[in-house]
Amino acid sequence: MKPLPSQTVGPFYHLALTANAALGCLTHPDAKGESIWVRFRLLDGDGVPVPDGMIEIWQADAFGNYDQPPDSPFRGFGRLPTDSDGACTFETIPPGRTADNQAPHLNVSVFARGLLARLCTRVYFELADDPVLALVPEERRHTLLAHRDSAQPFQWNFDIRLQGENETVFFDI
Amino acid sequence: MSRRTYPRPESGDQPPLLYPAYASTVRRAPSKPLIQIPHTLSELTGPLFGHNPIGETDNDLTRQHSGQPLGERIVVAGRVLDEDGRPISHTLIELWQSNAAGRYFHSADNHPAPLDPNFTGAGRTITDAAGNYRFVTIKPGAYPWRNHPNAWRPAHIHFSLFGPCFITRLVTQMYFPNDPLMPFDPISQSIPDEAARQRLVSQFDLRLTEPGWALGYRFDFVLRGRDATPFEGRP
Repeated sequence: MKPLPSQTVGPFYHLALTANAALGCLTHPDAKGESIWVRFRLLDGDGVPVPDGMIEIWQADAFGNYDQPPDSPFRGFGRLPTDSDGACTFETIPPGRTADNQAPHLNVSVFARGLLARLCTRVYFELADDPVLALVPEERRHTLLAHRDSAQPFQWNFDIRLQGENETVFFDI
Repeated sequence: MSRRTYPRPESGDQPPLLYPAYASTVRRAPSKPLIQIPHTLSELTGPLFGHNPIGETDNDLTRQHSGQPLGERIVVAGRVLDEDGRPISHTLIELWQSNAAGRYFHSADNHPAPLDPNFTGAGRTITDAAGNYRFVTIKPGAYPWRNHPNAWRPAHIHFSLFGPCFITRLVTQMYFPNDPLMPFDPISQSIPDEAARQRLVSQFDLRLTEPGWALGYRFDFVLRGRDATPFEGRP
């Protein structure tokens, strides 16, 4: 059997996916790791904010572990709609290096009207030794790097540029 | 012990990212090719959804308000399967749709069709141990949109599924049999292969109907993934 084709999430997904099912805070006081905010901005080919997109993240915990049973204090999944600035902010903790020796990163799915399939990218916090980063041409690696906010030290900013100059690297998984 | 593998879909079976007939793709589709990566722990794991209990009326969109919604009551049911046809149990399915008049209960929908105070158009459920799911809802209406002059979306229901890992995530739309609007709809027509497109069309199924109450449509979801263990090992 063949997998079903993807179709766009459209402009009205909030009804089911974020009105009552948004998840902006992944962490908990009992979880290991210092809280950080990761602020995404989603921009189209003209640099215009995308106000009707949706961002999902999936990440390891502070120990680099993806195996997170329902009672664990850290759950590595988050999902938020973008606002009128094309932005959304997750509260989470920095992931650890994974058992298969990947540098700390967030796995990101981008959905929006005009995206016939989700786009997958990754957020790294530094350009460290990493088997996936190694597959990205050096001149594009910076598009996968989050930057510490100049005014708010606990906040990391990550722009997703869908198209054009400094287009974010997207992955075929 | 079985080992899962996730072959990449054939290109004709999935829509391209740039499809100019669907105008919103033009400024949103990446212009550079995607970079293929191996399947690491990050792709081979995924979120569990055991923590958020499903409410009693979450899979019956006709019982979420004090009154009955307007429109044709339908059952939409089927299974969630992998590429080997094996059931995917206990996985979350979320859906959203317009009402019978083709209007979404959403502030951004300005189609001048009536809202229905008894219909929100959102639901969710979890598949059972055999991968079965079932929703009761209202047949959504077609509606106009501004993609091109006199553009109309065929009646459709949006679905979102997780499956067992990051790779299996799927957001798609289910259509209805013999819809005359489908050939004019760039979103469904963006799928190059005709057979792949037809897999998004539900089938009327008399066995799913509830006599005197609701019509029935069957729709199976096939998510990526197959078993890599040798065939000889199977019963």
